Amino acid sequence: MAEEKQEKVTIVDFSKEITSKLGGETITFCYQCGTCASSCPVTKTTDRFNPRQVIRLALLGQRDEVLKGDSIWLCASCYNCQERCPQKVEIADVIYALRNMAISEGNIPNIYAEFANALISEGRIVPISKFLEKKRADYGLPPLKPAGIEALKKILSATGFDKITAKKGETQ
Amino acid sequence: MTSYALFLGCTIPARQPQYELSARKALTKLGIELVDLEGMTCCAPPPLQSIDLETSLAIAANNICIAEEADLNIVTLCTGCFESLAMANTLLKEKTELKARVNKILSNAGKEFKGNKEVRHYLQVLMEDVGLDRIKQSVVKPLNKLKVAAFSGCHLLRPSELLRFDDPERPRIFDTLIEALGAKSIWYKNKLKCCGGLLRGYADDVALAIARDKIVNASNAGADCIATLCPFCFLTLDLGQMLIKTTYKEEYNMPIIHYAELLSLSLGVEPKELALDFHKVKIDKVLEKIT
Repeated sequence: MAEEKQEKVTIVDFSKEITSKLGGETITFCYQCGTCASSCPVTKTTDRFNPRQVIRLALLGQRDEVLKGDSIWLCASCYNCQERCPQKVEIADVIYALRNMAISEGNIPNIYAEFANALISEGRIVPISKFLEKKRADYGLPPLKPAGIEALKKILSATGFDKITAKKGETQ
Repeated sequence: MTSYALFLGCTIPARQPQYELSARKALTKLGIELVDLEGMTCCAPPPLQSIDLETSLAIAANNICIAEEADLNIVTLCTGCFESLAMANTLLKEKTELKARVNKILSNAGKEFKGNKEVRHYLQVLMEDVGLDRIKQSVVKPLNKLKVAAFSGCHLLRPSELLRFDDPERPRIFDTLIEALGAKSIWYKNKLKCCGGLLRGYADDVALAIARDKIVNASNAGADCIATLCPFCFLTLDLGQMLIKTTYKEEYNMPIIHYAELLSLSLGVEPKELALDFHKVKIDKVLEKIT
């Protein structure tokens, strides 16, 4: 009995945690119709991802399975599901909220750590080679204006983004 | 002359000078002045939104602030940049509490998002500022012999609630602009479906399978080329065909061409001025049809 009560608390807590996050506000509107899954280009291609299942697991309080699993990283952010959801669940944004939570707990896939590090050091997520920067003049392109790294660093430090990649693996 | 702050983003200057060149040449020819502003950074696209949505909004807003300070609206070439910036612009203009939160972050960098500028994709600039009539009159090499598979990429259209670009299920703007050059914009299966590009780096096999579908569908419909707007879709489909060759042992030779390149060519810009050697899949058979 006590165990059952504990489980209910976990379910409610995780839902509340998600709805309190930017992007996660609408998750509880889901009634599991599956319009998202049938609109999803990734679900058609692999059984590693099904947006309806991710939402179901989250609403059932399966925190570890959702935040430490592989599935949330398979969303292609195409927003097809979100356009079509009859309950106006902002599904792609919910996935962002779940990824934000996973990352803040140290679960960062390598590619995201690479993007974060490139942003922090260059102000761009795809660094520009010196070679191509020099070639611009040959092509008749104007010199590239420098990125505003100083202002960016202040923003990243204000939100703690600059510390995010340091958390990698902390809880794994 | 209408002036815009040109937001270049990361991928175009890093990988695709042919896109930047063709866009600059075509838009200038059509009477649009492009201003390069100092201090812009990455737009904060989905990979950064995945890390932290609030920081991403602040990064996007910081870029918009630079245009606000210069009293210019923004034009983007990349649809990913369009999505990040237009989404942030709409959200922050319409949600006071969120705007206050983001402005609190921006204050650390001495910035304030005011919300008095527009973020537009260059297709909107072509439709609304230049106009179809002027485009049609400016075409000197009509693309009459070309069957084009239009692929706008997801983030020109979706999320439509915030981007407000075109009908997300039955868009017309991109096709209309292709046909304004004399080409035929053809229907192909799953035309609006994603290219899978954002899964590259995490699930390469899944990304490639989705990209392959796109190439196969355009190929089966008899397209001479796929026209793109997003540098990431371009990379996924152009470079992707090299990977399809090694992984699936299939060769499609489907030219992937940015709309800006088609536009420039139809306006009479010489191919040699456009750095076309940045295409992995050669586009000679398309060029042969433009006379």
